[in-house]
Amino acid sequence: MASERRLRIKTLVMVLAMVVCANVGDLMLKRGMTQIGVVKVSPSALGHAFWLTVTNPTIWIGILFLIGFMASYMTVVSWADYSYVMPAGAFGYAILTLLAVVFLHENVSATRWIGVLLICVGVLLVGQTKPSTTTATDMQKVTA
Amino acid sequence: MIGTILLLAVLICGSTGGEIAMTYGMKATGEPARLRQKALLIFLGRAVCNGWFWVAIPLMAASFYALLVLLSWKPISFVIPASALSYVVGTLGAKYILKEEVDAARWAGVILVCAGVALVAIG
Repeated sequence: MASERRLRIKTLVMVLAMVVCANVGDLMLKRGMTQIGVVKVSPSALGHAFWLTVTNPTIWIGILFLIGFMASYMTVVSWADYSYVMPAGAFGYAILTLLAVVFLHENVSATRWIGVLLICVGVLLVGQTKPSTTTATDMQKVTA
Repeated sequence: MIGTILLLAVLICGSTGGEIAMTYGMKATGEPARLRQKALLIFLGRAVCNGWFWVAIPLMAASFYALLVLLSWKPISFVIPASALSYVVGTLGAKYILKEEVDAARWAGVILVCAGVALVAIG
């Protein structure tokens, strides 16, 4: 029972790390690309845009967060089910909507609120199930 | 129309195929000894030496490329709801390829999340 509780807690922590890193990373990339401006499609303009991208610190912060997302995703699926982790990751859409309302004072449509509600109920339903239904040994048998 | 359907197929199959391959690789690697910096770095080092990791990366890259092309063709309010189907395809992959136990509660949750993501994108 204690090990099941420990499994749930460490899975929750890693899923939260995944969601935070993915959303902050996307936000930083978006901010960085806005600083660079509209990229024109011509060889010289693309070269210049590439140089601006690789020298922009905001883009690098975004990339670091996305590496953090990848590392936490890889870590959590090493013990938890893919079908448990994948829907839980969608919780980010709900968090982004709440952040948009609280900090950016954006108007959110009824359709979007219903979507957020469905995501929250869906994530709660998946969260009630066992985080891991296979073992590494099972998987080694499958991959063999 | 056919081009859009083909790209959606690449987007959905690439992302779920990549994630399933990654899960295969990570399960074969085994979980980290501890959730501490050194143990995690050793664990990630072992993971990138696993062949499945290198199957996953090109699939995910193809999916990302398909997403970029689709976004240049169609509005985001079409692309994201359509790509939300990957939650259902991924769960089917988890059940039949990874042999995970997907019970009724998990299926209901996945379908609600799929519908929710589509509504958030449309709204």
